[in-house]
Amino acid sequence: MNQRHDHFPEGADFNASLRNRYRVATIWQTIFLSALLIAIIALTALLYNVVDGAFGFIAYEYKDDPAEFTSTPVNELTKDELLVILKENLSSGAYNKLENEQPMQERSQADLLTLFLERLVRIDTKGTWSMTDSLLRGDEIRVEVAEKYPDAILEFRSWLTPQFLTTPMSSKAEFAGVRTAILGSLWMVGLAILFALPIGTGAAIYLQEYAPKGWLTSIIQTNINNLAGVPSIVYGMLGLAVFVRTLEAFTSGSMFGVTDSNGRTVLSAGLTMGILVLPLIIINAQEAIKAVPDSLRQAAYGVGATRWQTIWHHVLPNALPGILTGSILAISRALGETAPLIVVGASTFISIDPDGPFSKFTALPIQIYQWTTRAQSEFHAIAASAIIVLLILLLTLNATAILLRNRYQRKY
Amino acid sequence: MQNTRTYAIESNDLSIHYGTFTAVRGVNLKIERQKITAIIGPSGCGKSTLLRSFNRMNDFVPGCYATGELLLQGQNLYSKDIDPVEVRRKIGMVFQKPNPFPKSIYENIAWGARINGFKGKMDDLVEQSLRSAALWEEVKDKLQESAYALSGGQQQRLCIARTIAIQPEIILMDEPASALDPISTLRIEELMQELKKNYTILIVTHNMQQAARASDYTAMMMIDDQRAGGVIEFDETKSIFTRPKDKRTEDYVTGRFG
Repeated sequence: MNQRHDHFPEGADFNASLRNRYRVATIWQTIFLSALLIAIIALTALLYNVVDGAFGFIAYEYKDDPAEFTSTPVNELTKDELLVILKENLSSGAYNKLENEQPMQERSQADLLTLFLERLVRIDTKGTWSMTDSLLRGDEIRVEVAEKYPDAILEFRSWLTPQFLTTPMSSKAEFAGVRTAILGSLWMVGLAILFALPIGTGAAIYLQEYAPKGWLTSIIQTNINNLAGVPSIVYGMLGLAVFVRTLEAFTSGSMFGVTDSNGRTVLSAGLTMGILVLPLIIINAQEAIKAVPDSLRQAAYGVGATRWQTIWHHVLPNALPGILTGSILAISRALGETAPLIVVGASTFISIDPDGPFSKFTALPIQIYQWTTRAQSEFHAIAASAIIVLLILLLTLNATAILLRNRYQRKY
Repeated sequence: MQNTRTYAIESNDLSIHYGTFTAVRGVNLKIERQKITAIIGPSGCGKSTLLRSFNRMNDFVPGCYATGELLLQGQNLYSKDIDPVEVRRKIGMVFQKPNPFPKSIYENIAWGARINGFKGKMDDLVEQSLRSAALWEEVKDKLQESAYALSGGQQQRLCIARTIAIQPEIILMDEPASALDPISTLRIEELMQELKKNYTILIVTHNMQQAARASDYTAMMMIDDQRAGGVIEFDETKSIFTRPKDKRTEDYVTGRFG
């Protein structure tokens, strides 16, 4: 008698059971594949939606015929011609104001053309169409525009242009840009990192290298982890109460002699964002410090190093790439946050670049939010363009983080 | 003739505790100068714990503390007014796995000397230390290259050179050859014979042949019924391996146990 085979299926039974096992495996594999497909579809839809809005037909009329100002066709005007036209037709007050912002002679032909179209000819947008509509229903749109607005010019344009990046905010979508918002975002993120990186790294070093392991340390640790998940609007409330109101003398700059500002400055926003990303930076720095192997610390102690020498010469340099990677991820988090900025009081319409920590400011997400809530469709188009700008900024930052990590990754 | 012998380091009733658990109990060892003393015993008997207590590396283990005395030139290394950093400056350590700094070969030697305030010519110190560790000829042309480019055996000799560079009185070695191949192991053992002309060496080893080959004195450790390790026999290596007094030592060195 052979007991070995008593409890296992044999022959046909075995084949049936094997087929059944493969069938279950196939079902699960299909489920996982569909999960992946759903994720890809969602991401593609998001990207498509953004790109769809940023390009397309626009139909506009000139309120004043360009021919009244010059005999040259609009798109053949030279810089000198434009200078003359602007000088002759703008009121002297308006002209001097522009001259004070930036001397007219130093402006580019494209800038001057924008001024000409914005101030003198005055474009009146009759309608905009998404990229898909423009490509698929081009003929219908042409017929429709020709019927409704016989004088209108219909052209396919990209709302995302180099000029879009370099011009400040304007009340006319056709001439609005994101320069003010980009500069505001950069100021805010810069101040946030300046504040959060040293404090976060310091806290991480203390927690990882000095703090005695005990109930107090684990409570602090748990709370830091929880803080990383607190809704950002709560940080906004904190920033409003502490930075905008309580510390107004500091954040408005009045204690440094700045008089024309209240607490709703880019400094308040930067500090609020700094607090918001602080847990992120601490956790990332702790992970980076933890990844430095103990054998390295022991080697340093073994040759008579003090704890601080060990940390300064060995732990920190080896943890630095990880700490930097964490900071970049924190920066991209801060760039995309909107809610705290609304609470802290970012300006929704501002065309003056921030030039210091006590400036009023706006930021990219605020600008996007503000444009999407406008009724006119051309504002939705520039909102889509601003989203593309923000996404490119974020992707660049994340790519930098990955490159840094790969470049400095060490094997011990 | 001297009637009082001075030992390199001496322990009196030294015990090491982890919280309420006693890991090593009542060790009395008198370590001879310029000799190699091996600590042997089965796994988990506290050999490494004891060795690490000699330069207070156990201070970094949470809850770990020592009782009793550890005397270096008559001074108790565990007394309150002794700084552990000073202890480690005088008693160097080579670890089980080679752990050079992720820096250049030169910097691996120079760093320890520099942080300890070395004022002499660094180039000379680096060369001399590498020569003492029998590594100079192999690395003299690539001092600025990363220490990680070296083989395991070379890395371990670099770690020994790094220890020598701060001119300690005693060198502790925690199974220094267990991660190396037989040829590299042999080189480390030859190096130890050279080093004992100037230094006192304490080595923990799992390898009984190594203890028999390389050491002058051997301490045999074993755990008691409360799982605390202790030295059950300490004598010249020859005696331990040929005429052990303790039955447990005999069983262990002849391979009947452990």
